[in-house]
Amino acid sequence: MTTATKDWSGAPSGRQRAVAERTVRSIRRRRIRSGIMVGLMYAAAALAILPLILIIIHLLRLGGSAVNWAFFTQMPRPPGEHGGGMANAIVGTLILLGISSAVGLPVGIGAGLYLAEKRVTPLATTVRFLADVLNGLPSIVMGIFAWELLVKPVNHFSALAGGAALGAMMIPMVTRTTEEMVRLVPISLREAALALGYSRWRTSLSIVLRTALGGIVTGALVAMARIAGETAPLLFTALGNSFWSTSLKAPIAALPLQIFTYAITPYDDWVAQAWAGALVLVAIVFVISLAARIVTRRRFSAGD
Amino acid sequence: MTEFAARDAARAGVAASAPTPARPSRSWTEIGSEIGDRVYSWSIVGFASLVPILLLTIFVAVGVAAWPALRTFGFSFVTSSDWDPVAQHFGAAPAIYGTLVSSILALIIATPLALGVAVFLSEFAPPWLRQPVAFTVDLLAAVPSVIYGVWGMYVLVPVLRTHVMPFLRDTLHLGVLPLFSGVAYGPSMFAAGLILAIMCLPYISAVTREVLAAVPRSQREAALALGATRWEVIRDAVIPYARSGIIGGIMLGLGRALGETMAVTMLIGNRHEIAASLFAPGYTMASLIANEFSEATGDLHLSALMAVGFVLLLVTFLVNAAARWLVWQTARER
Amino acid sequence: MAVPAPSTRIAIERLDAFFGVVHAVRGVSVDLTDRTVTAVIGPSGCGKSTFLRCLNRMHETVPGARVNGRVILDGHDIYGSGISPVAVRRQVGMVFQRPTPFPTMSIRDNVAAGLAVLDRRPNARQTDEIVERALRRAALWDEVRDRLKTSATGLSGGQQQRLCIARALATDPEVLLLDEPTASLDPISTQKVEELIYELRTDVTVIIVTHNMQQAARVSDRTAFFLGGELIEVAPTEKMFTSPSDERTESYITGRFG
Repeated sequence: MTTATKDWSGAPSGRQRAVAERTVRSIRRRRIRSGIMVGLMYAAAALAILPLILIIIHLLRLGGSAVNWAFFTQMPRPPGEHGGGMANAIVGTLILLGISSAVGLPVGIGAGLYLAEKRVTPLATTVRFLADVLNGLPSIVMGIFAWELLVKPVNHFSALAGGAALGAMMIPMVTRTTEEMVRLVPISLREAALALGYSRWRTSLSIVLRTALGGIVTGALVAMARIAGETAPLLFTALGNSFWSTSLKAPIAALPLQIFTYAITPYDDWVAQAWAGALVLVAIVFVISLAARIVTRRRFSAGD
Repeated sequence: MTEFAARDAARAGVAASAPTPARPSRSWTEIGSEIGDRVYSWSIVGFASLVPILLLTIFVAVGVAAWPALRTFGFSFVTSSDWDPVAQHFGAAPAIYGTLVSSILALIIATPLALGVAVFLSEFAPPWLRQPVAFTVDLLAAVPSVIYGVWGMYVLVPVLRTHVMPFLRDTLHLGVLPLFSGVAYGPSMFAAGLILAIMCLPYISAVTREVLAAVPRSQREAALALGATRWEVIRDAVIPYARSGIIGGIMLGLGRALGETMAVTMLIGNRHEIAASLFAPGYTMASLIANEFSEATGDLHLSALMAVGFVLLLVTFLVNAAARWLVWQTARER
Repeated sequence: MAVPAPSTRIAIERLDAFFGVVHAVRGVSVDLTDRTVTAVIGPSGCGKSTFLRCLNRMHETVPGARVNGRVILDGHDIYGSGISPVAVRRQVGMVFQRPTPFPTMSIRDNVAAGLAVLDRRPNARQTDEIVERALRRAALWDEVRDRLKTSATGLSGGQQQRLCIARALATDPEVLLLDEPTASLDPISTQKVEELIYELRTDVTVIIVTHNMQQAARVSDRTAFFLGGELIEVAPTEKMFTSPSDERTESYITGRFG
């Protein structure tokens, strides 16, 4: 007992000093390892954003010169002829977006309202799960699905089939955004409307949905931005069209499809057009994403 | 109380003389709103039901289209590597092999990067850097597939062929392994895997960030209080807590990679062959369908392509369902 | 069914309310006098808010909630067959603890929100008149008359709460239910709302739930004390706070005042 006390108060013994040194060394080693790992994470972040930066640089360099007024207003020219544009593809993409929104928005918003109002019913849990799964399915499968139902029976490709395939892709995206946005509306607003004598359906549509509408529109825009760049489903449905066509029953051109077709040709003029189209498509998608992000952030900061 | 009472007394005369406005007779029933409620309830149930119905219809439609080929070739459809439109014999093994190899390659490259980015963003990034980096990574997911294809064809593949592949094979002497041997084709399994890695990275990192955010502060603080370094906190406290969610995120990335079509079609070389080398061209299920659909020679060829689609649908459905289940499990533990 | 006395606006008979298996209001019977302010007091969780929400059939909007008993308003049992909850709520106004202006609507449209669902909807000019009258009754007109078209979310908390009172008054209800209307307000706003409540009783029957006994004493004519879901005592406010007949009331009141 006494010796122990003496040891503690006196100078450290050799063994104690060794232990202390080892501890210090191991702490230093742990610190260094921690520093290395943190450094690696910075590197991972830098490496992850590198491709995007490279892509943007190449798009601007290789596509920038061909993006001009003619690109938006003129029709494609045959290979060997310089210039021309993708007016038909741009209009085609807009038409396809219109059809797919007509399919995807009502269904998605309706299903999202159901999920937000009936949170825990078996149907709600199933729908929520399957919507997420559906969201992850390859877009090419949507093409096959629409081809089997809308192209094969009538024996011709059509804008309608393309819009339906893209609309089916929109449904799960819009469903989940709508659910999230409607859930953000405080329950007290719903109660206030009910207490004023609003029926349930009017409360849901003219108070709750209207309050959530900004967020839902943002989500719908993001969904449209995503499907605007889809190519694979259109190979089986809209097919593409090198002429001017706005008929819903005929094959129709689309910007991503045209980019693909031109990019895999050996003609320099067409490849240049493909780069220009790629730049325009990416610009559209980025502007929508950026706008959605700004709107969402403003909403949340204002709401708090 | 006195203040009110005084005012009350002063006002009493006025209030008594002012007649209360007669209220119109009220109705006690409201059929319209009850019908409206019923219509509304059934409508949203209907819309919600369309989601499972849609999924079911997809399975049925693709299954029906695939049926002739599946019936003709049976199980050998997925084991045979003979894809011969002239002889009308179709086996999808090379495409299935290519899909798996390119996706696994993509995951091997993307997973460490995605986890690094996610941990960086949720634990280490200074606030001013967090938003821009997070947004940029999210934008990677917004870039359309065909853009990755164009960029890959004209920028990535030439660099791979002239620099990266020779460097790996000769300078690093990895050529002794079959994986890195042989002629450095540009369009190859390697190029496809690399572009897939870029494409599925944002999905893995987004889900990982989500589950990391669900790790309670107390987990981190407890580890810090025990004297753990920043890295040890992540390794010992945060990652184990979020593990199943992270695995779910990786599987979601896998789901994306398995079904990715355009970029792969443009980069993989499209050859029906199971080659040992990653530098050789190959095929994936999705690129096979996209590439041969327009030139299918006859109904059986077409049906064989649809059968490939059916296999792809089945695999991605299972992978996505398992992934979602894992992510939900983690998020629910919150 | 007992014919209510002329001075009784709402007769409540053996009212029970449940959340699932929780019995929140237990066999309450009470007559609420016309054109008076009745305060409902009691400790947290005593069922006073639930009781209030039974009077305009709001309780049943919560999943798993259930009501037994009768609430007779103007000779009609509001829980009787063929009576629509929507119709009941149009005749019984309600204001909640937190202000709930509709964020997508202007101040004017907020006040007129209840008019939009009436069977006979007033035209635009009539609506403007009704909005002005309601805002005047809620003592908010002078503060918002120049910005009726602007969003209601720009108002202060106290103004928002008075806006909600104006919204409830616009449809000219005979009964106004207030569920702790000043709980989230600052003292000055609270005073304004209290003055308003006191004036409203000249033509509306007001029932106010409050956890603040001074407030009950200031604004009400009669006070009801709830404990454990039961109505312990109801009496003129002055008597309630000076010589309650039940000792539980007394211990609650003295405990809280002391």
